[in-house]
Amino acid sequence: MLQIKSDERKAITFTLNGQKVTGFAEPRMLLTDFLREQLGLTEIHVGCEHGVCGACTIRIDGKVARGCLTFAAQIDGAEVLTVKSLSEDGELSELQKAFRKHHALQCGYCTPGILMSTSAFLEINPNPTEEEIRLMLSGHICRCTGYVGMVHAVQEVVEIKRKNGNKPAA
Amino acid sequence: MNEVANKGKFVGKAIERVEDPQLLTGQAIFTADMPTREGTLHAAILRSPHAHAEIVAIDTSAALRQPGVVAVLTGREIKEESDPFLIVLRKPMDQWSLAIDRVRFVGESVALVVATDRYLAEDALEHIKVEYKPLPAAVFPQDAAKEGAPLVHPDCGTNVVSERHFSYGDPDKAFAEADKIVELTVDYPRNSQTPMEGYVVVAEYRHDEKTYDVQSNFQGPFTVHPVMSKALRVKGTQLRMRSPAYMGGGFGIKQAIFPYVVLMCIASKRVGRPVRWIEDRLEHLTAAIAAPNRVIRGQAAVKNDGTILGFRFEQLDDYGAYLRPPMPGPLYRQHGIMTGAYGVKNIAITNRLVVTNKTPSGMVRGFGGPQMYYGIERLIQRVAVELGMDHLELIKKNLVPAGSFPYRAPAGALLDSGDYQAAVAIAEKDGRLAELRARRDKARAEGRLYGIGFAAIVEPAQSNMGYLSTINPVDERKKSGPKGGNVAYCTINIDPLGNVSVTADSLPQGQGHATVLSQIIADQLGVRPQDIVANMERDTQRDPWSIAQGNYSSRFSSATTSSAFFAACRLREKLLKIAAHLLKVPEDTLELAEGKVFQKDNPQVGIRLSRVAGTAHWSPSELPPGMAPGLSETGAWSPPELEPPNDADQINTSLTYSFVFDFCGVEVDRDTGRIRIDRYVTMHDSGKLLNPLLAKGQVYGAFAWGLGAALFEEFVYKEDGSFLSGTFADYLCPTAPEVPEPQILHFESPSPFTPLGAKGIAESNCMSTPVCIANAIADATGLKDLRLPLTPSKLAGLLQGDEPAPPKKAEAPAAANIADRSVQGRGSAFVPAPPRAVWQALIDPEMLKRVVPGCHSVALVGPNTYDASITLGVGVVKGRFKAKVSLSNLQAPKSAIIQGALDGPLGSSEGVGNISLAAVDGGTQVNYEYGFDISGKVAAIGGRMLDGATRVLMKQFFERLGSTMEAPAPEPSSSTPAPKAKTSWWKVILKLLGLAK
Amino acid sequence: MKPHKFDYVRPTRLEEALDILSSRKDDVRIIAGGLSLVAMMNFRLVEPAVLMDIVHIESLGYIKAGEQAIEVGAITQQARLLAWDRLPALSPLLAKGMPHIGHFQTRSRGTVGGSIAHSDPSSELPLCLAVLDGSVTLASTRGTRNVKAEDFQVGLMTTDKQADEMVTAVHFPVARPGTGYAFDEVTMRHGDLAICAIAVAATKDRIRMGVGGVADKPTVREWPALSGKDLDEALNEFAWDLHGMDDVHATAQYRRQLVRKLGRKVILEAQQCCK
Repeated sequence: MLQIKSDERKAITFTLNGQKVTGFAEPRMLLTDFLREQLGLTEIHVGCEHGVCGACTIRIDGKVARGCLTFAAQIDGAEVLTVKSLSEDGELSELQKAFRKHHALQCGYCTPGILMSTSAFLEINPNPTEEEIRLMLSGHICRCTGYVGMVHAVQEVVEIKRKNGNKPAA
Repeated sequence: MNEVANKGKFVGKAIERVEDPQLLTGQAIFTADMPTREGTLHAAILRSPHAHAEIVAIDTSAALRQPGVVAVLTGREIKEESDPFLIVLRKPMDQWSLAIDRVRFVGESVALVVATDRYLAEDALEHIKVEYKPLPAAVFPQDAAKEGAPLVHPDCGTNVVSERHFSYGDPDKAFAEADKIVELTVDYPRNSQTPMEGYVVVAEYRHDEKTYDVQSNFQGPFTVHPVMSKALRVKGTQLRMRSPAYMGGGFGIKQAIFPYVVLMCIASKRVGRPVRWIEDRLEHLTAAIAAPNRVIRGQAAVKNDGTILGFRFEQLDDYGAYLRPPMPGPLYRQHGIMTGAYGVKNIAITNRLVVTNKTPSGMVRGFGGPQMYYGIERLIQRVAVELGMDHLELIKKNLVPAGSFPYRAPAGALLDSGDYQAAVAIAEKDGRLAELRARRDKARAEGRLYGIGFAAIVEPAQSNMGYLSTINPVDERKKSGPKGGNVAYCTINIDPLGNVSVTADSLPQGQGHATVLSQIIADQLGVRPQDIVANMERDTQRDPWSIAQGNYSSRFSSATTSSAFFAACRLREKLLKIAAHLLKVPEDTLELAEGKVFQKDNPQVGIRLSRVAGTAHWSPSELPPGMAPGLSETGAWSPPELEPPNDADQINTSLTYSFVFDFCGVEVDRDTGRIRIDRYVTMHDSGKLLNPLLAKGQVYGAFAWGLGAALFEEFVYKEDGSFLSGTFADYLCPTAPEVPEPQILHFESPSPFTPLGAKGIAESNCMSTPVCIANAIADATGLKDLRLPLTPSKLAGLLQGDEPAPPKKAEAPAAANIADRSVQGRGSAFVPAPPRAVWQALIDPEMLKRVVPGCHSVALVGPNTYDASITLGVGVVKGRFKAKVSLSNLQAPKSAIIQGALDGPLGSSEGVGNISLAAVDGGTQVNYEYGFDISGKVAAIGGRMLDGATRVLMKQFFERLGSTMEAPAPEPSSSTPAPKAKTSWWKVILKLLGLAK
Repeated sequence: MKPHKFDYVRPTRLEEALDILSSRKDDVRIIAGGLSLVAMMNFRLVEPAVLMDIVHIESLGYIKAGEQAIEVGAITQQARLLAWDRLPALSPLLAKGMPHIGHFQTRSRGTVGGSIAHSDPSSELPLCLAVLDGSVTLASTRGTRNVKAEDFQVGLMTTDKQADEMVTAVHFPVARPGTGYAFDEVTMRHGDLAICAIAVAATKDRIRMGVGGVADKPTVREWPALSGKDLDEALNEFAWDLHGMDDVHATAQYRRQLVRKLGRKVILEAQQCCK
């Protein structure tokens, strides 16, 4: 049974974007601070520290999670994905390209969290209606864009996937 | 000028942003992502829980002993190291970066802990002991403006620290000649666009250079730079302000970071190491900033045919506890355009500025526009209603006539260009207003509440830096010298290989300025935008800058772009001259495109841009005689139209004026008060659009915030100044399901005052959307007084007639007045003991200690006055409180009034209660009634918890009282089951009383 | 806002968890999804000495369809239950109520047991449990016990769970034939805490209505199948009896209005469903 005393800094080992990584954390260290400060993963942004704004959203064992409402200790042994997992060798994913095309970001601070939510959502619901897209986005606050570009970007990606789905397998 | 700009390949195109790849992959470096030096310490701020109080004593000794703590600063250190901030009014309203002697708003910074990490710093905050003497607070502006109100700054003698009257044209005559005078008073609430990234400061005092080196997300205006350097008692060149290329939203809000910059600078000086502070959300919502709430009493003098002869506006603008420079910007920034979109020539304005015990107000997107247009456009709608005229017809009748531009408004605004009538006509047609009207008629025929709202506004952009001096009368202004203009800088470099880079005096927070600059420069230098590197970092020691530097009043699209255009044109000229010299051909035969300079009619004759650049760097002797070497140009821009205010107090507050016309259809549910926006149309004439994709983004973003202001957002304060909106569950930002997609229409009247014809666009819908939605709701419901945010609860309350009465009569009122308290309750309990015994128990400290839940100690400290220490909690929330309780109006053994106060880290509470005892069969019926107010963290975070907590506690109290009484159980009657033991009998009684199931 | 220090412990078997609770009792707070708890910890409103992470006790993650009730293990995520293909048939009330819980991003890790144990009066799951007359299994080293919703839900975020106990399972009675179920709520924004939530189970003879978000806990009333003025009176009495409070988003009066108007609408919907 994993036990960490309050004053202890324990080695937390987990898989980050496919790689095994270790950092040190006391129990109360929030996952956001652990990933940002200990491991230098500044792609994770902090907007509220009470789980409402969604800026810190990442994936833990496949599930969408609020980094600010998770303690580092909780992810020992888990698989964590950040926005870096979406692009490969500098090549933007379809979703990221669509975000750019439709001006779905302005300051970009809320964007990594939204990209993580959206990519997880599309795995479960590849054919959402506009209403479903908006309901999914309700777990994120953006102050810059008014959400229009995001909705259009997701709709385009859904359309692309639908078209590709119709092609026969190679 | 405009012809040259218009032929561009890239300006005016909707090209994708160069900023995006970094942002999409999370690589963009925001201020908190910047690496910090080894040994950097972390700061946390202790903040005032009181709206107004004297600081009697601060004891930091225990905090200093906490692990990881390096220093604790209080007002004393701040006074030693700094001077108060300069403000535009010469009044005794000093503000430092920590409270000195007195706190004036909930959340004011009182002490600073510097420690090895933020967690330890926050731990240490709890060990700072501050003794406060609470003072009465002046919270609401109209109350604060009254005689006898508690004074926020006693040395000022009043809370109305500025009052000015202005008269333009002949308003008295206009009002005398009117057929009708229509009046409406509005009260615009406090709100803010709350960027997702908060304030971040990393400050380092370099001892040897005596220089403060600061990295932060300060967005300007840099009028605030001398304010900071003077406060720190250093020369401007000794305060190095640096900012990164990326900021997570600003909206004007990152102007008010400066007191924290000064605070962290002082901290660094004291500890001899860099200090880093990252503002958290609770701090931001509570203490960062709010747009000023404003009461506007508006009057319109009108003829029966709808002609508006004149306006009178009396404004009371609330700046909170301190005037942080450059306040009171929002009160004067729109001054010149207070007649709005209308060609009204006569206007009287009274501006009163009031201070209150709330968070200091500041610049938030719109800068007074949302407030002002709420006053104007609600008034116009009322004029239409009272004249029985169509709202849109009324608007059209009074718009500034086409063909009269540049048009000088009576208070001084010089409207550069526009054709408002044409824009409205296009909006009606392409926005399908007729169809919306048909939908309204159909809905009404079905008995539904549906309305159409309109708003016509003029959006100023690029502030005249002299506008604020309008707050001082002419003779005062003459003493300090004229102020006007808006200087912008942009520097373009071409390196030896022909690669182009640019820096400019913008500190973008997501607007895409790097992209737009690239477009402008690409057009002139014949390269592609993606080949240009725009570095948007800023450094006051390294970059050319002026006080106008920064992002506010949408100045980038008209000011910074103009300086970029000039710099690019000059570089283009230089390149052509060099090429002409090298090719030995006349300059005017040459063209610059696709990285080459070549003859238009004979493209073979040409030279690569990289060769030209190489020559300028490597072989200055090959350049045309007299030409400066290198390839770097700084464009400077300052428009002559931005003059200081004249002796008649007329001020052209901005350079460019866009026209925005909105209409929308809104349905209101009669039963739930919920609002549905059926369709929203927004027409923009924002001059030449530099990048239509980005322009649309600005409209969507401003619209979303405008909608938030209309329906969701408000910073709520109670009468005692406690703050209730400290989390994102209390301060509600709209999310995707709440924000429909508006239809955006465009009309282009280029500005004659900017080389590219560009105006501003970013703030428009902040000003038009709130009032457009309110006007639609007014149209739907017939309601006149609509105070934002128009929540379902508020609307349902306004629409509901008399509520069905409760089935039973309420209990008789008691002696103490609890009606005003925010948490109230009443109840009744049976205690199986005679009244005298119960009475004794209630006034016996030893008994109380056993009976009061969570009580550790009770001590009698005066006649019927007790000090107690209690751990109170509900569910998982528990806190230790010091309590002071006193009994009065004792009428043994029948009744008493209890007064109490609780104080603890979770918050404070003050309350009063009535208890009465009556002898009944088998014991005593105890009737109690209580009311209390809460402040502090629990109030900000979740006051709702305390009401339920109190009910649970009252239940526990009486349970314990009952079980402590040890009275014999009375003879069971036929209707009550026989108890098995004392406690289960007690539970039965409680069940009967409905206090337990 | 950073939390206070605490010890972290992660049992993988229920017995381990119960031992910890037995020895440390009120010092312990349980974390599963953490959505409610950690926010309060970050505000320093809650300061447990021990944080017990039960998410790895695999035996507590299950959904069992029983004759009488759906049994849900405490750490089952809300998203998992909502996505369960048998849910609409076995519990139309949960199928209608659960989409209102928070957001996609919170349902993915928020747990059924966590929501029931937290017992926020605005939450959908406690309300549904009360209307369905469900129950909660509590375990400790002293044994297990089943507590009916009305006995479990004591007050505002206060339950009958003792300091050494933990919720191990939640039992939602399955839909009964001839009963129609409906759910609706009014919030400020999608996913916000309910200003007023209504859950109804109706047969042709009886109405069973629960209200959340108004009193300090979900409150249930039953009537014969009233209509017209009789129903209005019953709803009015219920509305006043709940003693709702004003808060920053809504007045007590508004909440009463919703009990009357929204209540009536949801009752009619439920009655339609049982036809």
